[in-house]
Amino acid sequence: MARYAMVIDTTKCVGCMDCVVACKTENNVPEGFNRDWITYETIGKFPTLHMEIRSERCNHCDNPPCVYTCPTGASHISDIGGIVLVDYQKCIGCKACIAACPYDARFVHPDGYVSKCTFCEHRIVQGLDPACVASCPTHCMYFGDLEDPNSEVKKLLNSRKYRVLNPETGTKPQIYYLI
Amino acid sequence: MDFINELLHDQNKVSRNLKKLFWIIGTCLFLVGFYGWIVRINDGHIKANYGSIVTWGLWVAAYIYFIGLSAGSFLVSSMVYVFNYKKFERIGKLAVFTALVTLLMALLSIWADLGHMGRAWHVMVYPNFKSPMAWMIYLYSTYMLLLIVEIYFLLRYDLVTSANNKTLKGKIYKLLSLGSKDTSEKSRVRDKKIVKVLATAGVPIAILFHGGVGALFGVVAARPHWHSGLFPILFLLSALVSGGALLTLISSVFQEGWTKNREIVVELGKMVLGLLLLDILFQISEFLIVYRGGIPGHVAGWDLVIKGPYAWVFWGWQGFVGTLIPLFLLTFKTRKSPQWVALAGFLIAAGIFGLRLNIVIPGLAVEEIHGLTSAIYSHRVDPHYFPSISEWMLTFGIVGFGMLLFGLGEFFLPKSYEANSHLSSEVKI
Repeated sequence: MARYAMVIDTTKCVGCMDCVVACKTENNVPEGFNRDWITYETIGKFPTLHMEIRSERCNHCDNPPCVYTCPTGASHISDIGGIVLVDYQKCIGCKACIAACPYDARFVHPDGYVSKCTFCEHRIVQGLDPACVASCPTHCMYFGDLEDPNSEVKKLLNSRKYRVLNPETGTKPQIYYLI
Repeated sequence: MDFINELLHDQNKVSRNLKKLFWIIGTCLFLVGFYGWIVRINDGHIKANYGSIVTWGLWVAAYIYFIGLSAGSFLVSSMVYVFNYKKFERIGKLAVFTALVTLLMALLSIWADLGHMGRAWHVMVYPNFKSPMAWMIYLYSTYMLLLIVEIYFLLRYDLVTSANNKTLKGKIYKLLSLGSKDTSEKSRVRDKKIVKVLATAGVPIAILFHGGVGALFGVVAARPHWHSGLFPILFLLSALVSGGALLTLISSVFQEGWTKNREIVVELGKMVLGLLLLDILFQISEFLIVYRGGIPGHVAGWDLVIKGPYAWVFWGWQGFVGTLIPLFLLTFKTRKSPQWVALAGFLIAAGIFGLRLNIVIPGLAVEEIHGLTSAIYSHRVDPHYFPSISEWMLTFGIVGFGMLLFGLGEFFLPKSYEANSHLSSEVKI
C-alpha cells in the first residue's frame, strides 16, 4: 500500500505564495479561509541567523488526533495512500478535530462542515501532483510515495537532513521539511 | 448592613418580589434570544466571532457550564435518593428537575454551536468509539432518559392523586401520569425503589459523562492548556460547586428558604464551602505545577488567563466575585444567614462561568506554530476572541428559556417536597 507524503525544501522556498493561490483556485476555497499558507520563522541569533519560510498545510498524520476525536467518523484515514480526509456528508461541524489538530490545518466551511487540505485527492488518483506542488516555481515541493524506495521523496529523506512540525504531539506527520 | 436587614425584613414579600423579578428577567432574556437564533439559522457561523483559531467560543463555554450545573445538581439530589441524607430531602425533587432543565439548556447551547445542526443524529448512526466526545454524547443521552424516568416516578403518586378533568392543572396531571391510577401503599414503595435504583445508576453515569466532558478537553495533546490529568476531576468538582451553589439560590426563591426552611440553605452553604475550597486547591495545584514546570505552551495558556487582555475574567469575575466574596460570606458570621448564603451561591454560580470561559478560550488562543496566526490576514484566523452580539443574545435566550421552563415546572408540577412524607417510616427500601 502506498503512503503519500510531501517533502518541502525550505532552503529553496522563497515564500511567493503560488502554492496558496493554486490551492485556493484548484479547490475553490472560500474567502477568508485557507487550506495552505506560508509561515516565516527567524532561526538563530544575530549575527548567525537565517529565515525559514515554510509552506504549511494538513500533515496527513500517521497517528491523526483529528480522526480519533471525531464523534461520527467523518474524519477518516483514506485508502488512497493513507491520507486524512473528511466525509463532508457525515460531518456535523462539532469542531472537535479543529481543536485536536496541532497544526491548525482545519476550518469550518461557511456551509457548516469541516474542510482542509486533501492532498488534491482528485488529482493524485489521476497520477497528477497536488496543485501546490505542480505550481511551485522554485520546485521546492515534492510529492510521492514513501513506500516506494525509488521515489523522489524517499530518496530526499534518505540523503538530506529534515524535520517535521510539532513532533512532540505524537502525530507522526507526513510533511517533511528539508533544512 | 442595617439598611439591607431592614430591606429584607419582610421575607415573604422579598421572596415574592424575587419570584416576580425571576419571571420578568426570564421572559426578557427568552425574547432577546430570538434575535440570536434567527441570526444563527439565517447566517450560520458567519456572524459569530469564533473562527479557525479560537474555534470554540461562548456557546461551548455555556455548554460545559450548563452541563456542569446539571451533573452537579443531580449529584446533590443523589445524596437524598441514594444516601438517604434527610437534611436535603426537601430539595431532592427540585434538584432533579433543575438537572433536567440545565441539561436541556446545555444541549441547546451545543446544538447552536454545531456547523450542521440538522446532522446531530449522525453521532448515533455513525459511531466512532475512539472519540471521547461520542462517549460523552451516548452517556448524556442515557442520563437524560434516566432523569425523565426518575422524575416520572418521583412525581407519579402526586400526579395521580391530583389528576382530574375539572381544572387545567388536573388535566395536565392526568396527561403526565401516563394513565397510571394506582395510589396504593404498595405502588408507592415500588416507586421509591425504582427511584433509588435509577438514582444509584445515575451517580456513575453523571460522573462518567461530566468526567467525559473534561476528558474530551484533556486528551487534546495539541493544547497544553487542557492536556492535564486533573481536567476531568476539575470539571466534576466545578460541577458540584456550581450545582450546589445554584440550588442554594433556587431553594431560597422557590422553597421559602429564608423563612421556613432556613436550615436547608445554611446546610447547602456548608457543603458548597467545602467543595469550593477543594476546587480552589485543585486549581492552585494546576497553576503551580504549570508555572514551576515551565513548558512553554502550558505557560502561554495560563499567561493569557492571568495577564492576557481578559485577565479581568480571572481576577475580577472568577477570583474576586466568584471566589473571594463567597468564601468570605460562607466563612464568617454571614454563613448562618440564608440570605447571605444565597447571595454567596449566586456569586459562586456566576463565577464558575468565568472559570469555564477561562478553560475554553485561552486553550485555543495559544499559537500552535509560531507565525501561524499572522500567516493569513483574515478575522477568521485571529487568536483574539470576544463573542459577537448574536452569540451573546443566543446564550441569553437559552438562559431565559431555562428560567421559563424551570418556572413553569415549578408552578405546574406537584409541590409535595417531603418525598413520601406520608409513607410510614418503617418501610425499608
